[in-house]
Amino acid sequence: MIELKGKRVLVIGERDGVSGPAIEVCVRSAGAQVLYAETLCFV
Amino acid sequence: MSFPAITAVANVLAHAPGLVRYGSKPLRDIGQDPAVLEAITPRLRSYADAVAYAPNQVFIGNLDPEMLGAVPRPWFRALDGTASSTGAFGDLIGECELLGLLKLCDRARLVHLDAATLAEARAGLARRGIVTPDEMAALAAADAGAINAIGKSGEAIPLWLDGRVVGAMSRGHEQDEALTANVLLENLAAKATGVLAVRRLLRMVERRLGPGDIDFVLAGSEEAVGDRYQRGGGGLAKAIAESCGITAATGFDVKAFCASTLYAVVNAAALIQAGLFSRVVVVAGGSLAKLGMKYRAHVARQMPILEDMLAGIAILVERPGARGSDPSARGSDPSARGSDPSARGSDPVIRLDTLGLHTIATGSAQQAIVEALVITPLAKAGYRLRDVDRYATEMHNPEVTEPSGSGDVPRGNYRLIAALGALRGELPRDGIDAFIAAHGMPGYAPTQGHIASAVCYLAHALRAMRAGQIRRALFMAKGSLFLGRMTDASDGVSFILEI
Repeated sequence: MIELKGKRVLVIGERDGVSGPAIEVCVRSAGAQVLYAETLCFV
Repeated sequence: MSFPAITAVANVLAHAPGLVRYGSKPLRDIGQDPAVLEAITPRLRSYADAVAYAPNQVFIGNLDPEMLGAVPRPWFRALDGTASSTGAFGDLIGECELLGLLKLCDRARLVHLDAATLAEARAGLARRGIVTPDEMAALAAADAGAINAIGKSGEAIPLWLDGRVVGAMSRGHEQDEALTANVLLENLAAKATGVLAVRRLLRMVERRLGPGDIDFVLAGSEEAVGDRYQRGGGGLAKAIAESCGITAATGFDVKAFCASTLYAVVNAAALIQAGLFSRVVVVAGGSLAKLGMKYRAHVARQMPILEDMLAGIAILVERPGARGSDPSARGSDPSARGSDPSARGSDPVIRLDTLGLHTIATGSAQQAIVEALVITPLAKAGYRLRDVDRYATEMHNPEVTEPSGSGDVPRGNYRLIAALGALRGELPRDGIDAFIAAHGMPGYAPTQGHIASAVCYLAHALRAMRAGQIRRALFMAKGSLFLGRMTDASDGVSFILEI
């Protein structure tokens, strides 16, 4: 388990998994600051 | 209510190992470290190996997708030396023939080929019935000195065949970054493979239709044709139509990342349903940028670089009753009638009343996307998951994607569809694997996103439906709109095809 509160986070989402915006919402709700977020496509 | 029908589909491939170096990923890596090319070159496949490769045989229609499951992995070691480069759905042409097609499709006189290569290409393409002697005879060869000179001056990039330079591709403008030799080669490759597919499609239906009977052409490829003032301006649909003698038609390009081609099919059906046109051709050419995209993983595993294929697809969509054929009117070559709609039975139709649409509100969660593209359209039609015989999703060949960690893409889609079915009580929770075995297929398409995105199964579905093997298939494509940095949104579209 990682304590995200107060942390600065770079978000890399994956198209077939969890998208960047979805991770961003979760990370923010845990009290972290999102510096950058994007979703990648690997096919 | 009657709906537009799909009456013929051509699937073609072009072997392009000499162009792998110009794929986006190899080109960038070679630019940083020229030694990368030394790692790539020995891993490029021969034409014979590309023809003998089972997924390619599935793509051009000499094998059914379901038969691929019985071929032992790795497929690149289970080569069939008796396989043919002529498929029921189209040809798998060699690189010399591809270079000849590039030259034939080059209206700006930017492609230069030496005399020997042009002669060999001319003979190969004529043998396949893809070109006429007159149009190839009109093409002029370049001498080796001129090819070397424009390469050294920086005006052109070399074109390779079997490890030697046989030609060059010139830039279209001294300063325009949208008209560099690399960009134009990419666009021309999409055009040439699109032309290959449409010409094959026209041969399939030549007994009842000529090029002049086509009303409209839609292109759904991955290129960006344009100039510095309008990158991605378009025009590939009409460029391809022009090169195929489809002179009575107009048309335009459809853009939606990997969902482009399936969107184009929906648009074609909608134009027909609206009464504007009777016969629309949808065409998709290949993506040069994606050649060698995962070469690093393939080199690291000492396997062939499998992303050496450019693909093309052409689809004829017709108004119900527009087939009015005269079987004796045109042509007589039986090899061209692999999926001739006048050969048998009725045609499957696109259920426009049950389209699956990804709205803005759908969002980018995979569960929501599959709900929108599978569950909702089935509910509209009154069907349950098992009422659909085959699901065509993103049919990427897993042998290409697994080494780089991208997994088995079609299987991932099938698992999600089945899991939603289990959540809805349509399938038992332990019935996911059985559902995939009964309603899914192994991936067999080259990683040319728009081609792999369901449309590569249209030709197979048409054949299987005409043969009475299946009655209904769902086609779904997803588009990664977020890659263009204009939105965080995903995209997708789906339809049910049934007979």
